[in-house]
Amino acid sequence: MSVPAEKKEKISVPFDYNKYLRPGKLPHIWCPGCGHGIVLKAMLRAIDKLGIDKDNVCVVSGIGCSSRTPGYVDFNTLHTLHGRALSFATGIKLARPDMKVIVVTGDGDALAIGGNHFIHTCRRNIDITALVFTNAIYGMTGGQYSPTTPLESIATTSRYGNIEPPFDTCEMAKAAGATFVARGTAYHTLELEKTIYEALMHKGTSVVDIIDACPTYFGRMNKYKSATHMMEAMEKDGTVSVKQVDKLPPEKVAGKMLRGVLHKIDRPEYCEQYALLVQEKAQAKSK
Amino acid sequence: MAITTKGQIGLTGNTAIAYAMKQINPDVCPAYPITPSTGIIEDFAGFVADGEVDTEMITVESEHSAMSACIGAEAAGARVMTATSSQGLALMWEMLYIASGMRLPIVLTNVNRALSAPINIHCDHSDSMGARDAGWVQLYSETVQEAYDNLIQAIRIAEHTDVLLPTMVCLDGFITSHAIENISLISDADVKGFIGAYKPAHALLDVEHPITYGAMSLPDNYIEFKHEQSRAMARSKAVVSAIGAEFGKKFGRSYGLFDAYRLEDADSVIVILNSAAGTTKVAVDELRAQGKKVGMLRPRLFRPFPFEELAKALSGAKAIAVLDRVDSMNGFGGPLFNEIRSALYETDSRPKVMSRIYGLGGRDYKVKDALGVYDELGKVVSTGKVETLQKYITL
Repeated sequence: MSVPAEKKEKISVPFDYNKYLRPGKLPHIWCPGCGHGIVLKAMLRAIDKLGIDKDNVCVVSGIGCSSRTPGYVDFNTLHTLHGRALSFATGIKLARPDMKVIVVTGDGDALAIGGNHFIHTCRRNIDITALVFTNAIYGMTGGQYSPTTPLESIATTSRYGNIEPPFDTCEMAKAAGATFVARGTAYHTLELEKTIYEALMHKGTSVVDIIDACPTYFGRMNKYKSATHMMEAMEKDGTVSVKQVDKLPPEKVAGKMLRGVLHKIDRPEYCEQYALLVQEKAQAKSK
Repeated sequence: MAITTKGQIGLTGNTAIAYAMKQINPDVCPAYPITPSTGIIEDFAGFVADGEVDTEMITVESEHSAMSACIGAEAAGARVMTATSSQGLALMWEMLYIASGMRLPIVLTNVNRALSAPINIHCDHSDSMGARDAGWVQLYSETVQEAYDNLIQAIRIAEHTDVLLPTMVCLDGFITSHAIENISLISDADVKGFIGAYKPAHALLDVEHPITYGAMSLPDNYIEFKHEQSRAMARSKAVVSAIGAEFGKKFGRSYGLFDAYRLEDADSVIVILNSAAGTTKVAVDELRAQGKKVGMLRPRLFRPFPFEELAKALSGAKAIAVLDRVDSMNGFGGPLFNEIRSALYETDSRPKVMSRIYGLGGRDYKVKDALGVYDELGKVVSTGKVETLQKYITL
């Protein structure tokens, strides 16, 4: 029995993650059922597609579960303070505009304690990719509600339900001036890889909001039966692709988050503008 | 006088602090979670949710905001408490000075922990020692029991009209915050009676008597404000003593400015803060059993620093090692070492003093480490010479 030629072409070599992982740093600290590992793998595949030298990539993080990511990956990495990753990354990008700078952050890190840096990074449109691992909770400190915890959800600091309306990370990034805004989930792994790749290819501030369940805290407190049940409920059934949204009846869209590239425009990038200004002034002086 | 109304109960440091906060029932508690003090706020959030306290709890977006909200609420006339640790306290820095400069008696629990970088979440005194000149009264606690008792006393100290300064109660991260210890609780009614109702002298919400806080104060009077603040800090020492004694009279556990252990005739003395004092006491007992004249002193009040009292207590010693769980990075030992050495300058005996930095970032400090220091001290006593003035131990 012969294998059809077109099928043969589709057989792919398994992705060699070890190429980008630091030996001796695994196993990771993430809980069983946490999606962070899936997101990490999608990120590595997306970076691999860029085809750039790994010494030309810098991964920066703040504090929290997602912020442990740089510890595992074999790029230039910087693990900083809670909420401040984007500020450190801004410094790196200004010093080395040729470098691919990626910030790995969580919803609490990026939007609560680091909210100010988040909006101003977007406003400047500096060429940084921010991957926001949104698990709607402070996982590392024990399950306190965060700025993306849905209304009425239970957290250790909202025992009878959250009354603070959550942020829509994508809407905020867009409003603040980010020129590439997208959403993905750990569940839609291959789609996420493509979305992260697109974000990395974009010139300017790119933000990818990644819905990624925390079964340990959010799941247990909010009566999700298992990590898979949670993934299906929040990531599969809780989101709808932006490509399909127009074809679906309103009742199938109501209350769901949009997935895919939600906003993409061209606007002058900060480091380029900075270089232009310096060049212009230097020329004016030398005349 | 009954020591307790409930008998002993096993609580972690965090739970005990949260329980004291419940009994104190502050008007406002703004907070942001940070390990390892999160347990305090988590438990307290439970009390708020269950209606066991009347507190308005605000879960803000950073510690900077937490302390800002504390200041606003306290200036408005509320009794305010919060808890933090490590980077959380570091992020409050700017606001710590504003709280003390405005003379707002906020009470904060700090679970002592290392500062970045590198990132470390374990016990270390870098956080509160960095804030030692922020104008806050600082109490250090050896045990869960003391942390609980200190917090209740802190309300009285901070709000005392001779003081009116924010007060920080420190306990060791994980070693005390997460360890379960049998402690005696005071009844709710007794706590309420001891702390009394808060009657702010100046409140923004007292609209009949309008005031302003933190207004611009240029070279014409800024120094007078600071002079008043400094005098209040100096006065607070007597208040801490008086309240510690009153607490002892009412509840059977007295607290002074420091804890002296087998110090009377001791030649060799270790001075050390917080939980490591317990380990040191074991070493003291071992050496005393061998007939060696060793002792220990654990300051409880660090700000204001009780210079005269500590100098008097230590003046009989021949050799002293001051152990700091923090390095001042000044090239000359830890902060406690520098204060103790300075205090001894006025004594006639001028004991030999050396600095030892131990246990940074949660490194274990064991009985053998204390024994090693006493061994060194013994040599200093016999030779009259300090060979190594400062060094790191537990490396």
